[in-house]
Amino acid sequence: MTENGDVTPLVKLEHVDKHFGALHVLRDINLTVSRGEVLVVIGPSGSGKSTLCRAMNRLETIDSGQIIFDGQPLPAEGKALARLRSEVGMVFQSFNLFAHKTIRENVTLGPVKVRKVAKDAADRRAMELLERVGIAAQADKYPAQLSGGQQQRVAIARALAMDPKMILFDEPTSALDPEMVQEVLDVMVGLARDGMTMVVVTHEMGFARKAANRVVFMADGQIVEENTPDEFFTNAQTDRARDFLSKILTH
Amino acid sequence: MDELITYAPELARGFLENVKLSLVALVVSFILGTILVAMRVSPTPVLRAAGTVYVNVVRNTPLTLVLAFSALGLSDQLGLVFSDQPETNSFWIVGLGLGAYTAAFVCEALRAGINTVPMGQAEASRAIGLTFFQTLTMIILPQAFRAVIAPLGSVVIAMIKNSTVATAGGFLADSAATMKIVFDTTGASIPIFLGVIAAFMVLILPIGYFTGWLSRKLAVVR
Repeated sequence: MTENGDVTPLVKLEHVDKHFGALHVLRDINLTVSRGEVLVVIGPSGSGKSTLCRAMNRLETIDSGQIIFDGQPLPAEGKALARLRSEVGMVFQSFNLFAHKTIRENVTLGPVKVRKVAKDAADRRAMELLERVGIAAQADKYPAQLSGGQQQRVAIARALAMDPKMILFDEPTSALDPEMVQEVLDVMVGLARDGMTMVVVTHEMGFARKAANRVVFMADGQIVEENTPDEFFTNAQTDRARDFLSKILTH
Repeated sequence: MDELITYAPELARGFLENVKLSLVALVVSFILGTILVAMRVSPTPVLRAAGTVYVNVVRNTPLTLVLAFSALGLSDQLGLVFSDQPETNSFWIVGLGLGAYTAAFVCEALRAGINTVPMGQAEASRAIGLTFFQTLTMIILPQAFRAVIAPLGSVVIAMIKNSTVATAGGFLADSAATMKIVFDTTGASIPIFLGVIAAFMVLILPIGYFTGWLSRKLAVVR
């Protein structure tokens, strides 16, 4: 994780708290993500794991504490925040491809409008990325014409087109039909192998075992346990984690 | 029938004024309506409040009062003059007044359209680093427009018909005013009524069909 010599963490959360009304969704979260690390966040629904993921590019604001990205506190708003977001990719549960734009336009929009890359250069890069995720043949179709698994692979290509320092995955396979889960996970495993820093909220234990460096288990807005995947899945330390694992691993 | 044929050139000239007024109001209302909706969904409270006040005041004021205010208040009292020619001046007063009035309805149609665009579209846009303004103009409004083409068609149809109250703004050359002047000499004439109605039907019916077709063609499939 420190092959490039830079040992400062890419993301550092310090005493982060957040409420949704009366609900305390994040409780005193302290967490670091190293450069090149693949961090899997698991936990029961309502545990705050999606909120944690979304807080890292400020799609959710936090009430107190601070989040440091690449040595800088997350900007609150405006151009500085937009710049930060352009460096952090995000892949959503519901894909969220721009419905009125073609696959190619979905992938080139960010580079052209945010990075000011020339149109044809952005186009070439988009086609490379679509090739990599196996969707190049569909470049001129609209999102609704693609299957869920294909749309999610395009969403990954859209994130990659910004050359992000990190990609956040918020339950990327939860909305997919079962037969399409693997094609998306394969792309993600490939990214992990290439050294992309990834924070992945998921229930896919196979992915966690294969690609994660570390697993964080959350419940009730707190980080309950943090460990290597092997150690976590075979030898969970807390009752909450053992209870959760018994529920998802039995079927 | 004779009086319709006799006065056809005058009536046609009047009708053409309605078409011209409508074109001016169309451009003004779509530009101003888009600006208003951007204000109403903006993160800045002052802009949101200003947009809301404009829409609620203008939309709930009778058009005849809006036009009378434009002519008597803005033009006569406050000196907003577009031309030395009284007729040209009142044409612009009415065209812009009708546009400013219709903008409130365009704004509200677009706001309904924005509500049809899922939250995730804006989130994905912000997540790749587009600003609020870029998100609004490149992602949200294009999808919102396509969702409300048919209702916008209805707004445009109402606007064209509303151009016949131009008299309230002191513009006396449109078809309704012309018809009234003709009636002063001929007496009320059913053929002239029907002729003017037919002209509006020919202008407006295709708009309904066209916007219906366009909304199906441009519908955003999700």
